[in-house]
This record gives sequence, C-alpha cells and structure tokens, in this order.
Amino acid sequence: MNAGLNMSETHHSEPKFPLRRTVGPLNLPPEYAQFREEGPLKKVTLWNGERVWLITRREEVRQFMSNPNISAAPETPGYPALTPARVTTVKNYKTFLTMDPPDHTLFRRMLTGEFTAKRMDELKPKVDSLVDRMLDDIIAEGPPCDLHTKLALRLPVTVVSLLIGVPFEDDEQLVELSAAQRDLSVDPQVATRANQEMLAYVDRIIARKEQNPGDGSDMLGRLVLNQIKPGHLSRKDALYMINLLYFAGHETTANQIGLGVLDFLVNPDQRAKLMADPGLLRNAIEEMLRYNSITHFSSSRVATADIDIGGQTIRKGEGVFALVAAANRDPNVFQNPDKFDIERKNAKDHLTFSFGVHHCLGQPLARLELRAVFERLFKRLPNLRLAVPLEEIQFKENMFVYGVKSLPVSW
Amino acid sequence: MQRDEKAQSSGDQVGAGGRPKTVHVKIHRERCIGAGHCVQCDPDVFSQDEDDGIVILTNPEPSPAHYDAVKEAEQRCPSSTIQVVDD
Repeated sequence: MNAGLNMSETHHSEPKFPLRRTVGPLNLPPEYAQFREEGPLKKVTLWNGERVWLITRREEVRQFMSNPNISAAPETPGYPALTPARVTTVKNYKTFLTMDPPDHTLFRRMLTGEFTAKRMDELKPKVDSLVDRMLDDIIAEGPPCDLHTKLALRLPVTVVSLLIGVPFEDDEQLVELSAAQRDLSVDPQVATRANQEMLAYVDRIIARKEQNPGDGSDMLGRLVLNQIKPGHLSRKDALYMINLLYFAGHETTANQIGLGVLDFLVNPDQRAKLMADPGLLRNAIEEMLRYNSITHFSSSRVATADIDIGGQTIRKGEGVFALVAAANRDPNVFQNPDKFDIERKNAKDHLTFSFGVHHCLGQPLARLELRAVFERLFKRLPNLRLAVPLEEIQFKENMFVYGVKSLPVSW
Repeated sequence: MQRDEKAQSSGDQVGAGGRPKTVHVKIHRERCIGAGHCVQCDPDVFSQDEDDGIVILTNPEPSPAHYDAVKEAEQRCPSSTIQVVDD
C-alpha cells in the first residue's frame, strides 16, 4: 500500500488515505493534526482512486456518527472500500457491524444483554483471578518475557472464550486466523481462507451446543435456546455473529493492553502517579483509550442523504471515515492533547469506542479487562521495564487495529 | 463532572448554577443499543433490562439535583436515546 502525502499520484491533489505513522510509534501521522487545523472535514483519496471525506474534529465526528442518514452497509451505493482485502471480507460475511437499523437493531439486541452491568459484575472475579494467574506464571518463569503473548493477548483470548461459554481448543490458531482476516495488507485470498477456517471451527462449536444447550447459563447456550431454536436467528447468521465475537472480543483489547503498558513504561511520571494513588485507575484507563486510539478511524460509512456538517455538505452517496484518532487529540476539547496525562479531567470524552448505533458492544468488557490488568501489573512487578530500546519494538503497521507485535520486558 | 467543563465539551448553554426548576426525561427505547452509559451517569433515573440490556426509565421526572447527571447521560448516549426537557 502506498501511503503518505503523495500529491503527484492523485488527480485531485488530495492526500492518500490511510496514512502512516512517520514520527514515532506512539504518535499519530502528522497529517492528522494538519487536516484538523484546516477544518473539520477533509477530502482524501483511497487506494482505488475513490475520493472520500475524513472527519477530523471531535464535535463533528460525534454529530456525523449519530446522524440517522448514514449507512455502514456495503450494499449501499457509494460505500467506500478501505483496501482490496476489505472488499472481500466485508462482502463475504455479514454481521450487525455492516448493517443499518432496523436489521442492525434486531441482531445487536440478541447480544446486548450479555454486556449489562450485572453480567460484568459476574465476570469480574473470574477476570481478576485470570490476571492473577497469568502474572503468577510470568513471575514464576522469570525475566525476560514477551508481555504481549503472556498477558496482553492471552487474557482477552481466554476471556472471550469464557464469555461465549466454550473453551477454545487452540488459542494460538484463533490468534493466527483472526490476524489473517484483519491484516489490511494481506492477499484477499489469504483473508478469505482464514475466514473459512475460522467459520468451520465456529460451526462445530455451535453444532455441539445445539445438541446440548444446557440450561442457558452461558452465552452460546442462551443464543441457541432463545434465538436459534425459536427461529429468530438463522444458523448462518449465528455463525457470523459468533465469529465476530471471537475476533472483536480479543484483538482490540489485546492491543490496548500492550500499548497501555507501553504508555506507562515510557512515561514513568504517570506510572508513579498511578502507584501513589490507585484511585486514578479508572481515569487512567480512559486516558489510555483516548491517547492510543487503537482504531484510528471508523469503519466505512456512506451518506444516504445530503448531510450539512462543519460548514460543508456531504452529498448522498459519498464515502466517509470518521478519524477518531484525530478527534481524540482535538485541542479544542483536550488541553495539551499529545500528552499522556492520567489526571486529565475529561479523558472519558474520547470517541475510541465510536459513537452512534455502532458504538462498541464490548466496551464494558474491555474496560473490565483493562482495569483488572492495570490494578495489578505494576503492583506485582514494580520494577517492570522494557527489555529492549523502544526503537526495537515492532508495531503492527498494516492492521486495522494498531498495537505492538511483541513487548519484551524485564524486571 | 464539573459544570464548566461540561459546558465546554458539549456546547451546553446552561450556566453554572442555572439548573431548571423541573426536569423531564424522555427515552426513545427503539433506538437504545444497551451501552449502559446512562445507568453509570444516574442509576436513580436509568436502569437496564436484565435480559436485553435495553434502557428502563425508572424516574422520568427527577428532582433538579439530577439535572447535571441526566444531561450527561443525554450527551454520552451514543444512540441518541435520551432526551432531557427542562424549563
């Protein structure tokens, strides 16, 4: 993928999108700030020459994402395809992520009950003890350690299985298949094959649960009893839904844990503040969500009617990406926005979980896992530090979700 | 959340100490996506259905002391489900 401001290659003198992080792994592409200063909307060009809008400021992102006249469905005329691989994956299987109301509402509501405050309270002691056990293992094995594999990834992979109610047979395979589906640079055929393998696995666990759904004490059991058996949810839709939960349930949180650890390791003053006052934890979690913006922009949207926003008009049929990462560093909302500051009063005004009807379903679970990790990590490992210079840490440049490839630490 | 911060981030025009006499809360239940932010903002006014997580309005006319909290819920709700009418 050719990214970066390469004006000569476009017919419209517009920057290409997506852009690369050229000034350090924890900083955003510098063009984001430039676009945001120019105005709340910016025209850019995609890989296929298609022109789309970026929305760069927090207020306009909020307004746009909650506008009823937008569609997230690939069949809507004008829907922009971010990459060639995405063309294949979004069309191959449909979930409520790429549906609009009323269909979206119907499918999503089959799962909203799984993420209530009550359910999260039930899960909390289990997640807490998982983190304790993983830290026990890490400490027993001794330094150095790849904290990405041993904690950041391992925790959410285990938790998503706990949530669905079926222990995953092969966590490593799940991680590989999920990554192949999500890699923006991968050959579309590779993405499709990984998708098919994952679906075959999910199909087997649904079939087993159909034979023995139990008393509805786990998510998949409830889905079988309350939705599949009465005919509200087809077998195919169930398959795509559970597949979505598997990858959405682990990859995002894994990356945020890894980057969150890094935030504290490169900002020792903030780590000292958190250690001195554990009451800052809740706000610190919001600040890392704001600061890292692991998904830089929303999935594709297309206007289904003319929309007046930020002094411009987005025409019906024009593609749009909400640049959440830029909105999360909007200086009109966040003072000194490029600083990681766990005492920031309005950290929770970030839009990392998006806004509108597609607002992240799993956000209460993500917050629960992040709290469990950061409540314990620096207490159990007070001397935690990077085992290599920051420059040697490798980052996922080609993924829709940003994060570290590995996080070698010592203590 | 501090009143002046909220005014800054939301564009809310009600000044400090300018709470209305009565507060009416309306919900558009068909829009709700069960994010649960409202329950966190004011558990005395909002609740969630235990089965589907969809909002339940437990107190549509809370005392003016709830104004800041219900306005925050209105702002934070990602699916524009909550509407606060004041006078």
